[in-house]
Amino acid sequence: MAASISASPNPSFTYSQHKLSNSLSPTQSLKFPTISSNPIKSLSSHHLQPPQGATARTVSRATAAPSSSSTGSPTTFHGLCYVVGDNIDTDQIIPAEYLTLVPSNPSEYEKLGSYALCGLPATYSTRFVESNEAKSKYSIVIGGANFGCGSSREHAPVALGAAGTAAVVAESYARIFFRNSVATGEVYPFESEVRICDECRTGDVITIELGESRLINHTTGKEYKLKSIGDAGPVIEAGGIFAYARKTGMIPSA
Amino acid sequence: MAASIAPTSTSFINKKELDLSAFSLSRPLSLQRCKRTIPKKICSVMAPQQSERSPATTGSVKTAMTMTEKILARASEKTQLSPGDNVWVNVDVLMTHDVCGPGSIGIFKKEFGQNAKVWDREKVVIIPDHYIFTSDERANRNVDILRDFCTEQNIKYFYDIKDLSNFKVNPDYKGVCHIALAQEGHCRPGEVLLGTDSHTCTAGAFGQFATGIGNTDAGFVLGTGKLLLKVPPTLRFVMDGEMPDYLLAKDLILQIIGEISVAGATYKAMEFVGTTVESLSMEERMTLCNMVVEAGGKNGVVPADSTTYKYLEDKTSTPYVPVYSDEKARFLSEYRFDISKLEPLVAKPHSPDNRALARECKDVKIDRVYIGSCTGGKTEDFLAAAKVFLASGKKVKVPTFLVPATQKVWMDLYSLPVPGSGGKTCSQIFEEAGCDTPASPSCGACLGGPKDTYARMNVPQVCVSTTNRNFPGRMGHKEGQIYLASPYTAAASALTGYVTDPREFLH
Repeated sequence: MAASISASPNPSFTYSQHKLSNSLSPTQSLKFPTISSNPIKSLSSHHLQPPQGATARTVSRATAAPSSSSTGSPTTFHGLCYVVGDNIDTDQIIPAEYLTLVPSNPSEYEKLGSYALCGLPATYSTRFVESNEAKSKYSIVIGGANFGCGSSREHAPVALGAAGTAAVVAESYARIFFRNSVATGEVYPFESEVRICDECRTGDVITIELGESRLINHTTGKEYKLKSIGDAGPVIEAGGIFAYARKTGMIPSA
Repeated sequence: MAASIAPTSTSFINKKELDLSAFSLSRPLSLQRCKRTIPKKICSVMAPQQSERSPATTGSVKTAMTMTEKILARASEKTQLSPGDNVWVNVDVLMTHDVCGPGSIGIFKKEFGQNAKVWDREKVVIIPDHYIFTSDERANRNVDILRDFCTEQNIKYFYDIKDLSNFKVNPDYKGVCHIALAQEGHCRPGEVLLGTDSHTCTAGAFGQFATGIGNTDAGFVLGTGKLLLKVPPTLRFVMDGEMPDYLLAKDLILQIIGEISVAGATYKAMEFVGTTVESLSMEERMTLCNMVVEAGGKNGVVPADSTTYKYLEDKTSTPYVPVYSDEKARFLSEYRFDISKLEPLVAKPHSPDNRALARECKDVKIDRVYIGSCTGGKTEDFLAAAKVFLASGKKVKVPTFLVPATQKVWMDLYSLPVPGSGGKTCSQIFEEAGCDTPASPSCGACLGGPKDTYARMNVPQVCVSTTNRNFPGRMGHKEGQIYLASPYTAAASALTGYVTDPREFLH
């Protein structure tokens, strides 16, 4: 980072700030015109339910909810987490050599999942997806700041979703990754209020309660507040913008 | 200053400077004003359904707007917009390429039907450029998918390549999409350009709104010509002072990213103004806007001026309407830089904001140099490198790979005389300096790509590169180390085998 260099290369720098009143968190970035009240509510039976050890259930896609209320809305995500740091760019999520795979082609979609996060440096000793596996055993990815920076490749949230990731929880997101996650409905991009990635370890058992915007680490016994996913939640739940638009009558059903 | 010349100047002008320049330069300034505001080809506003004059384009507004807000206001047929508003925007041009095109087409067909037609066959521009000169079957298939789609949809602008053995026998083939878009006249002031590539923001150099989107959004645009966009607040970067002859726009943007970090402009527009920006050529302005996304920015913009109009003169006959930030437009922050005091910079591994002075890294031994990409593979980038080789008269000490962005750039390397060389071309100078022969134009090894990509970093080496990203694995090998630098610094480093400040050769 810039702070690491001793001599400032720019002696003539001045800066002034004028705050706008608008709050511009990513969760506010998608406001569709015809959104009704948030249909998501939590199931009390899943609150704080103890984990089933390492056999914790994973979900195959953000849209495939591990537990559902009577309206079919996902309420909780439960599984093992995989922890990464800051500025995890799209090349680390899915290296460019695999971009020849076309996400809209089902067999290539599966293949993208098998390469998810394989671009992480060797310092990550635990692989996200084991070699010869198509899916990851980690259904929740926990990251630091600026998750998904870099390229606009939609292959990035698709690879995570195809690997079985239901949710990413990061301190902040790069704009295009957040948008692509919502547009495809592949993963829930949750923002944490504090820096969770420093307090969780890969393999910890996690529950995320959507309605409560709460993350519980059963391994450490700690609970964290998440920022509300807001209007993006129903879009991801529906399976992306097209599915959402059909569901809400914005565009005719196919 | 752009701001003082533009019809609607802005609120952050240093008043003293303005007064001084107005006194000493009042006549030339007013002359320039005429030139800049009444370009020949600009016709009327394209919003016939509106009965009133649109404040977005006249400047006579009740609430001041930035140029990004004005462009989005016009495109969403609204008179007023504020940061944070979500609006449906009419898209002027949608660009896609071989990496994201097939997926976007797949979504378009799935959602709109197998027989659906794109919203406007003349507004979709398809440019194969990423994985072209490879034997990777899936990569080759992806270009075939683009070709079939363009034939089926009768897409007007498809820059095809069929014979991979020799790019020169493919007259339609261009190369790197962002440079081709500019060279082929698809970048126009005041318009909205969306592309399935994060570096689509390059086109902001033309005073337009340009940003990268994903496949699903592109599929939506293909069917409707519209997209829901959130209006970004604008960060303003005022760069004044005469640019030293050892600096290039790459140094300016590395300075800015180093200052605000790789997330410093997330969700925001970055507007570049000031005397230094005005003095930049279009290609240099493109370099500046190209790396906006490396700071997380949604778009970058440079106000259009006579340099813009001159570049566009022989490239487009489409009418366009430039817009400018109002005097009282609200900016989230303003940053000021005195460029005359800046020194050549690099971004060290593994982040574009890991800024350092080139001279601070003089002990870093390197294995190779790469000059290419949408950021640093334009004609002027190669002319800059040639200038350093010419000034030194020496040979490179490490393998030096040259990948022209487009076929036009490639031809320039073999035909344009390098100033001060007695008529030599870039290609002759590069050959004398011992560089690799300029390769076929494409995105090349900037993003690694298939294993057989020319100049891909297949072993963990240290590379000085004129490209845009240096995250782990970006150019191939995960343990490779990439120092991002200007073409001057890259060429100087090639000559010594260490990261080198170009002043060692240019002075």
